[in-house]
Amino acid sequence: MKRRLPLSLHLGAGLTLLLVAMALLSLLWTPYPAEQVRVIARLKPPTAAHWLGTDHFGRDVLSMIMVGARNSLAVGAAAVGLGLLGGVPLGLLAAALGRWGDEAVARLGDLVFAFPAVLTAILLTAALGAGAINVVVALALFNAAVLARVARGAALAVWRRPFVGAALALGRGPLSVTLVHVLPNIAGIVVVQATILFAVAIVNEAALSYLGLGIQPPSPSWGKMLGDAQTHLFTAPLQAVFPGIAIALCVMGLTMLGDGLRDWLDPRHRSSGIL
Amino acid sequence: MLAFLLRRLVSLTVTVWLATIVVFTVLQLVPGDPALLMLGINAQPDTLAALRSQMGLDQPILTRYLHWAGGLARGDLGVSLTYARPVADLVAERLAVTLPLSLLSLVLSTMLALPLGLLAAARRGRGSDWAVLGFAQLGVSMPSFWIAILLILLFSLTLHWFPAGGFPGWSAGVGPALQALVLPALALAVPEAAILARVTRTAVLDTLGEDHIRTARAKGVGRMAVLLRHALPNALIPVATVLGLQISFLVAGAVVVENVFTLPGLGRLLYQAIGQRDLIVVQGVVVLLALFVVLVNALVDIACALADPRPPATGNGGAS
Repeated sequence: MKRRLPLSLHLGAGLTLLLVAMALLSLLWTPYPAEQVRVIARLKPPTAAHWLGTDHFGRDVLSMIMVGARNSLAVGAAAVGLGLLGGVPLGLLAAALGRWGDEAVARLGDLVFAFPAVLTAILLTAALGAGAINVVVALALFNAAVLARVARGAALAVWRRPFVGAALALGRGPLSVTLVHVLPNIAGIVVVQATILFAVAIVNEAALSYLGLGIQPPSPSWGKMLGDAQTHLFTAPLQAVFPGIAIALCVMGLTMLGDGLRDWLDPRHRSSGIL
Repeated sequence: MLAFLLRRLVSLTVTVWLATIVVFTVLQLVPGDPALLMLGINAQPDTLAALRSQMGLDQPILTRYLHWAGGLARGDLGVSLTYARPVADLVAERLAVTLPLSLLSLVLSTMLALPLGLLAAARRGRGSDWAVLGFAQLGVSMPSFWIAILLILLFSLTLHWFPAGGFPGWSAGVGPALQALVLPALALAVPEAAILARVTRTAVLDTLGEDHIRTARAKGVGRMAVLLRHALPNALIPVATVLGLQISFLVAGAVVVENVFTLPGLGRLLYQAIGQRDLIVVQGVVVLLALFVVLVNALVDIACALADPRPPATGNGGAS
């Protein structure tokens, strides 16, 4: 029987696609150049010319949010992509190697979890200076540890299933079993976790950029926009609202997408999410 | 159980040791001369030489690590270059802000989450359930530092109920000090409460399906009494587990939120130390925060193992 896609999956995917489309559109077009300074038009409220107003340098806020989406999504995608590349093979290896490999991955996870991603980024920034690359490295390390643990747990369950035993009995080696049988069976759970980690990466990137440790000016970032807006809360309070809404919508889209995917892939799991 | 506790203790010791190596090693990655980086290019040669000696830069790296780790074990984190004071003293001072802030946010998040989760579970599928789930979805999606800015906008700049930032110190009295901590604690508490409310709702719903609840209902125990006396206590184990695991996110959140409110806590100290290139402070604060997270994770593991009659599992249960 064909299962219906959960509503949260539709809404999450829709919201995420909308933001991705906005980010891609910013490559071709923005209402104004995002870095164009017009001090004469600084801190303007929303008008027909500037739909979301202007910031303290007179830059168009909508254009900055569009380019900010691109930057945030790029950092999130890089952090999750590197996390997948590092974490999934590690988790698969741990499951295939058995006890010692398992123990090594568990201890490595303990070590990485000792440093919340923001703390790792701060440590790297102190040593190497602020910038998006250090943020990506810090987030990717955390993501790799989480994904290694998730992949290991899921892979161990697959290794216990009869068809894996049958494949081994037929003379398939551990590498072949891992690639042909284990990996496709854990792909779903890994994708779900990666989606949620993407949302976490967006929040952490914004927090680090707010502190001035992430994406560096003049390139716009949602977190930095909020940081700048805070100094003009009296005169232009709306400037502290729009970038926050962008972050919240992005995170909401990704978490709903993750929840929806989980419900769809595993109907036994009933999400406690909104939908 | 004893074997599990011993194994956990060994893994805790190994993790703590590795964490000190990580912090020490990362700060050795500073390109060029760390002393020159900290003092700037106009520093006098004798000042540079003194700092190099203080940091042990004239020693082999292993000697430096052993010296630093030995100091750490004795509670000696070195002397801050900016403040010319022992880092341990600075940390102790700043904890007087960070610790109450963290505790207040934990209390607030629990006070918000438990009733909301219980309400949602009791009225599953109705309007109040949807409202709680809506709050949870929104709370999870909003970063704590944005919530902090919105709270300043509403409660400080518009209503003038709370200060927009700063901390008067405990010497100014408990009232003013707590008043300065309410908004930061609330900003940290809302995302935590959103997660906890979801977990509470799920845990209570799971418990409501168990036999002893049906038995209690069959014996005529009222719905509210069943919820409060039977379902909630049983649901508290997963809630406490998640609460413990959220500590690491609270640590990260406090670093950012303290900066939104310019609170003189550990997070602010760390942030300022980066700007001032005071690597000795960065090293000390980061390692302490990491050790705190490791310790809390281990305690959560042990508490779960003690509370759970099933055989203990390995690993710390994920930390996404």
